[in-house]
Amino acid sequence: MGGLPAGPVVPAEHDYQLWEKRVDALMVLCSSKRMFTVDELRKGIEALPPDAYDRMSYYERWITSICNALIHRGIISIEEVRGKLADIEQRPPETAGEKG
Amino acid sequence: MPHDEVHEHHHDHPHVHGGADHHPHRPDADDTLTYCRRLEIAVRELLIEKGHLTADEIRGAVERMDARGPHLGARVVAKAWTDPAFKVRLLADGTAACQEAGITFDQSTRLIVVENTPDTHNMVVCTLCSCYPRMVLGIPPDWYKSRAYRSRAVREPRAVLREFGTELPDDMAVRVHDSTADMRYLVLPMRPAGTEGWSEERLAALVTRDAMIGVTQAKAPDSVT
Repeated sequence: MGGLPAGPVVPAEHDYQLWEKRVDALMVLCSSKRMFTVDELRKGIEALPPDAYDRMSYYERWITSICNALIHRGIISIEEVRGKLADIEQRPPETAGEKG
Repeated sequence: MPHDEVHEHHHDHPHVHGGADHHPHRPDADDTLTYCRRLEIAVRELLIEKGHLTADEIRGAVERMDARGPHLGARVVAKAWTDPAFKVRLLADGTAACQEAGITFDQSTRLIVVENTPDTHNMVVCTLCSCYPRMVLGIPPDWYKSRAYRSRAVREPRAVLREFGTELPDDMAVRVHDSTADMRYLVLPMRPAGTEGWSEERLAALVTRDAMIGVTQAKAPDSVT
């Protein structure tokens, strides 16, 4: 994207939420344990459809790419992820999705 | 194998947020369990259950992240302003000099320090994504990762600098450094005039995050009391 035309730089920032920091931690820890490389993650992010890229926030893109990289590397399976997501949906709202 | 990929199921969630890059006033979504937040929980729990990570490792990584911020870079800059031998070492090998100053590096990333002079101004971008000198500045702000900054910093840096309120003389060269995962840059701003005899601690208060990215200059001495 370097060199492409774009609008003004909006000096936006926000305090990162805990889940965003955890995505960052997953990225740092998994790559330092050689579960995937940062280049694989970036490839995953660049492969997102342009509308998804623009619609998703930064850490939404990262967790999507981390999950896909772990699946491609065979570290977790798509079935396991689907099963886990279904479990999380069943958890009571006061747990905020975390295991009780 | 595209069918093996996890995608955001936005049709399940009519209120999925736009990118933080586009929504500076993004609502606090901490109480909204979006698809991607559930995905983070799912991946984290699976990695812990399968023995790849521990909850303590994740907690530790978040704590290290919270402890890092521009105060670390400001300390390094102030030391370079007051200790000429340290400055020589810092410009020769940013990684080694920062480690000497007590900065810890998580990954095998090289830190290159570029010095602003009356002739040359430096600024840092990552056109690929979001590489940033985290070991000395913490996590980057949203605008650093935005499409607008990444696109334009390499094409019209002076216009971008003006948007940050930084006006440079026409005869001052602007060098833009494009970061990679293995090579991060930190700008050593010029020491403001009128700070002769100041202590490192007092000087560090003039060194902002944005000055170390190179989109602004260090604060004027009369801006702090």
